[in-house]
Amino acid sequence: MSNSISHANTPFDGYVTVSEDAPSGMLTLRGDLSSKPFVTALKKSVSTDMPASCQIVHDGQMSVGWMSPDELLILTAYDQVAGLEAGLRKSLGKRHFLVADVSDARVSFTLSGDKVREVIAKLAPVDLAPGHFAPGAFRRTRFGQISAAFWLISETEARVICFRSVAEFMFNQLSTAAHLGGEVDLWS
Amino acid sequence: MLILNCPYCGVDAEETELSPGGEAHLKRYGPGSSDADFEDYLFQRENPKGVHFERWRHANGCGKWFHAARCTMTLEVFGTYEAQSLEPPKSIQKAISKKRPGWSWREFS
Ligand SMILES: [Zn+2]
Repeated sequence: MSNSISHANTPFDGYVTVSEDAPSGMLTLRGDLSSKPFVTALKKSVSTDMPASCQIVHDGQMSVGWMSPDELLILTAYDQVAGLEAGLRKSLGKRHFLVADVSDARVSFTLSGDKVREVIAKLAPVDLAPGHFAPGAFRRTRFGQISAAFWLISETEARVICFRSVAEFMFNQLSTAAHLGGEVDLWS
Repeated sequence: MLILNCPYCGVDAEETELSPGGEAHLKRYGPGSSDADFEDYLFQRENPKGVHFERWRHANGCGKWFHAARCTMTLEVFGTYEAQSLEPPKSIQKAISKKRPGWSWREFS
């Protein structure tokens, strides 16, 4: 792994706070998730339940997000990722699969404040009305013109991930959307 | 604004989350085919005012290719279906017949 450099050491304080997270471990896993033996093998290394379509599941060790019918994103601590990757390779053995450490390829941001839904809704073409997107849902979409994924941790906290190469653009647009004075008060 | 339901992730994806992939159900004519067939395959496209079948990719989403049946005039969507289909599913053909009696598109009607 390389030395990852933070693009934004200082959080942005608007009507929602935007901060870049400390590096976290991320693995991309692809394979036939509809195959029971595959999932059984997977569970030797993955402690959470399997997420349903467009969902994310968490336990104390890791989070697993549903990326597509044959792809999962596994999030864990940065220093755990190498061990988890090795474990997955061992448990999946000779099955057809792909696992890649994407920890340094991606970056995550945390949004916190009462109006996180509104700030996301300004940038992504997703229905964020309360009741339409609940904590536990996981959505790949675009923020402005860049691909990203997000989920709600609670009604007042959200996490957004995107490629590290566009981290600065993401931080800037999230900050702009969260700027004081920019409140729309759509759902309050 | 066009909204298509992605058959792979179930998301109602707005047009800006998708990439267009052109006409659906093209049959490839490669080496050994006649010049006329090859020319048709490369260049001849339907351009209907009405029922049309297209390929789309959920690019800013699950990343999967799929098919969509829609009306180019009203933007009404008749249905979306998997990329691994050689023809529109019967249910979608039926739904179109209900709304656009007498429709036809290439060899389908
Ligand atoms: Zn999709």
